[in-house]
Amino acid sequence: MTATTTTETTGPARTGAGLEVRNLWKIFGPAADRIIGTPDAELSRADLKARTGSVVGVKDVSFDVAPGEVFVVMGLSGSGKSTLVRCLTRLIEPTAGTVRIGDQDVTGCSESQLRELRRTQVSMVFQHFGLLPHKQVIDNVAYGLEVRGMGKKERRAKAGEIVDLVGLSGYEQNYPDQLSGGMQQRVGLARALAGDPQMLLFDEPFSALDPLIRRDMQNEVIRLHHEVGKTMVFITHDLAEALKLGDRIMILRDGEVVQVGTPDEVVGAPADDYVADFTSEVPRSHVLTLKWVMRDPRPDDDLDGTAMSQDTIVRKAAQAVLASDKPVRVMDGDRLVGVVDDEEILRVVVAEESPA
Amino acid sequence: MTTRAPAPSKEAQPDAPERDGLPRWVPVLAILVGWIALWALLRGQDTLALAGRERTDVMRWLGDFRDGVIASRSTNPVVAFTNGVGEVIRSVFGWLQELVSVPAFPRPVPQVGWLGVTALAAWVGLAVAGVRMALLVAATFVSFGVLGFWEEGIDLLLVTGLSVGVVVLLGLPLAVAMGTSPRARAVITPVLDAMQTMPTFVYLLPIVLFFGIGVSGAVVCTLIYALPPLIRIGGHGIRSVSPTAIEATDSTGQTRWQRLVKVQLPMARKTLVVGLNQSTMAALSMAIIASYVDGPGLGEPVLSALIRNDVGSSLVPGLLIVLTAIMLDRTTTAASQRAESAARGVGLRGRQRQVVLAVTGVVALVCVYLSRTYFSLAQFPDTGWGPRLSEALGSLTDAVVGFLSAPAEVFKNAVSYGLLNPLQNLLADSPWWLAAGAITLIALALGGVRAVVSTVLCLAGILFFGLWNDTMLTLTMVLVATLLVMAIAVVVGVWMARRPRVDLLLRPLLDAGQTIPAFCYLIPVLALFDPTRFTAIFAAVVYAAPPAIKLVADGVKAVPETTLEASRSTGTNAWQEITQVQLPIARGSLVLAANQGLLYVLAMIVIGGLVGAGALGYDVVLGFARSEEWGLGAAAGITIVLLGIMLDRIAQAAAARQGVSKRQSLLARARGGTRRAA
Repeated sequence: MTATTTTETTGPARTGAGLEVRNLWKIFGPAADRIIGTPDAELSRADLKARTGSVVGVKDVSFDVAPGEVFVVMGLSGSGKSTLVRCLTRLIEPTAGTVRIGDQDVTGCSESQLRELRRTQVSMVFQHFGLLPHKQVIDNVAYGLEVRGMGKKERRAKAGEIVDLVGLSGYEQNYPDQLSGGMQQRVGLARALAGDPQMLLFDEPFSALDPLIRRDMQNEVIRLHHEVGKTMVFITHDLAEALKLGDRIMILRDGEVVQVGTPDEVVGAPADDYVADFTSEVPRSHVLTLKWVMRDPRPDDDLDGTAMSQDTIVRKAAQAVLASDKPVRVMDGDRLVGVVDDEEILRVVVAEESPA
Repeated sequence: MTTRAPAPSKEAQPDAPERDGLPRWVPVLAILVGWIALWALLRGQDTLALAGRERTDVMRWLGDFRDGVIASRSTNPVVAFTNGVGEVIRSVFGWLQELVSVPAFPRPVPQVGWLGVTALAAWVGLAVAGVRMALLVAATFVSFGVLGFWEEGIDLLLVTGLSVGVVVLLGLPLAVAMGTSPRARAVITPVLDAMQTMPTFVYLLPIVLFFGIGVSGAVVCTLIYALPPLIRIGGHGIRSVSPTAIEATDSTGQTRWQRLVKVQLPMARKTLVVGLNQSTMAALSMAIIASYVDGPGLGEPVLSALIRNDVGSSLVPGLLIVLTAIMLDRTTTAASQRAESAARGVGLRGRQRQVVLAVTGVVALVCVYLSRTYFSLAQFPDTGWGPRLSEALGSLTDAVVGFLSAPAEVFKNAVSYGLLNPLQNLLADSPWWLAAGAITLIALALGGVRAVVSTVLCLAGILFFGLWNDTMLTLTMVLVATLLVMAIAVVVGVWMARRPRVDLLLRPLLDAGQTIPAFCYLIPVLALFDPTRFTAIFAAVVYAAPPAIKLVADGVKAVPETTLEASRSTGTNAWQEITQVQLPIARGSLVLAANQGLLYVLAMIVIGGLVGAGALGYDVVLGFARSEEWGLGAAAGITIVLLGIMLDRIAQAAAARQGVSKRQSLLARARGGTRRAA
């Protein structure tokens, strides 16, 4: 399942480093390094646990993330997504496989190279924030700079800018426990941004927040991505969040990749029943593009109606299609690829009203 | 979709003994009946009682060992090293003494007189713990002087302070090792367990042999005794630092050292100070007991008064010890709270605070100068208040004792004739093999095979060291005192758990009770009961009851409210609720309380050997007092350890059968002395 990244024309300045993951494994347990390459490796997670006492966290995962892309990894709890993201900077040591960030081989790094990478290249935002309760907001934000050995004045000035960027101005002198959950996560976000990294990793950063705050924070991430670029790898178990943020989505189950694709591909062409089940509750008209609902033109179609790009989202096209008495032509550039009529639009919209 | 059958429920296991159809007490009762029957036939035979001055070969061998160690001072590198350490401690202590407590030749007074010392101490109190604590410190120091115990009071603080200083130097790295490396933890934990099972008293003899009598022995004993709380509580604090915070800061690329000093230590700071508080209180308690080996300080006048059965003159120094304990406890506690608020800029802001400290610091220095210049500010003038207070307290005590003596006598006789004498007859007058067999069977019934192994080993050791009969006498007192402790703990604990207001009222008293060094309990009890077995038992009960009560109260309180509601909805009355619901569910806590109670009681009974309890405790004291009885004392010390281990193992195994994990009981032990830690 290869997906071609469709770069939006109005997208942000794409900066940041790319990520390349090849055959990554993480096995927890006594026989961790003796399983890969043996027939045991083919066993399901439960059978392997029963046979060897080891648990597979990440199983032979490979993927690429382009510079500046927002790549979402999603799966239910226990699917290995949090393990995977920790393996990227070796907060958890992978059992096998390679990870490259930019032009650096992370899996081959020495301990000091790894520290350097974490200090300057990659930052991470955590589900439970992981703030230091004994430090003020400003010093929490500046922690990464402090660890690098930057002087107090300089790092506080730098951190101050980032505090403004995430909308926490005025709270610099507060302590984390004086802030709400959403504001604490803003501090976590600011800490990650302060080091001006090439790549940001998010481990379910908004799962612990209320729905309203979560929406605010998601918009915040979208805004920041527009402002600062950066490659982002975003872990979530919330499909709506994945669809909202992701340029591409990778779905994991029991440590294995089930599907990688753009949001409309995942919803429109689920790789298996698991993904289909997963995506069944999604408001499809918000995700699918005309490409997924169009039909081939019939001889009796009147083909001089409006033309629309095949990448138009159904919801946005709906009004125009319903208003026109002729079928709408769906175009891939200058080429006619199909047509949509009221019926196709209604099929998507009505299906949501009464899910099968 | 798993196809495996669901695992068999493990919930039935804690009830395993009940499944046999017999409650636990039935076999124990059967053993007791059999024992009594055999005792009636065989009493008085093979009791292994030592005649007055009779000593066994093992004791003589131990005595020879001591002579050998002393003789090898210059040849054996280990002994030479320990003696050298002792020498260093003596000279450091001597220097400190000349600085603040004894005349520094050729001056007729110390380098810094009482005013200077008090001012400096109060200033330190101000800096670390605030104005109120500074006043408490000053009041304590002044009362040393006013009541005529300046030198003793300051010496006690010096021994405590010196030991705590070393405890911090040794304990902090070990706490870090415990908190960061599971392997280090696996090595250190059993050592700490062993150290904390041993009654304080037992350290003294061997330490003094290697480090010398007086302050050197006192400091070494004290620091060994005070080390475990800091390591355990501090290690726990470091280990409990939120893993998310560690992971998040690791992701910024910190080094291991940065993680330790910027994340782990600051986040564990509060717990570390709690550990320091516990260590300080333990040090104070031990520094006083070290007066048995000529350790300097306030313990000395108390001890010599107790030996003469002169309660009157022990009251004032005893009171000062209590005051010292309160001062140290309050200041270290306040310091931990202050550390938090000061870091947050609550109270005086940085600048203001610096000015206040600078000004008061200058005042303190002026006081130091004055105390070097004027004799009356250097040597505390004789106020005569000490003897007067002593007299007043003496007559007050007499009045209280006169008032209480009748009911106390009734209580004493009831316990003596109802419990103590029969049990003592059974244990001490049985042939040794009968008693040993019966104890082993009871251990089997209570704790299973695991308990039997250690019981047999410990009994064999006790037999080997030749003090079987004394052990049985001590065991009698320990069992009776533990029984009383548990009776009190269950009644008061349930009361506290069911009535929040009672809890609110009693808990501070229990906390205060745990702050006071063990030794002080002997004074009022001695006044009430004179030097008898009963004095030690009563003091042990008073000493061991607070932690046991708290464990029971917390256990009963932890019974889920929904369970209680469910039982109430079936119409149970209060008595049924307590006996059918609360106590059975809280039985794990009861077993833990009994386990803790046993160890506390044993420690106190041994110390009480001096005031009429006799038996093993007295043997140890005799070993301190007369060099030719060193072998007896050492044998008694080892026997006490074996007795302690045996009782602890049986209790632990019994607890394990009740579904109380080893971890829980260790945690309870770590918190045994802990007040307010939670």
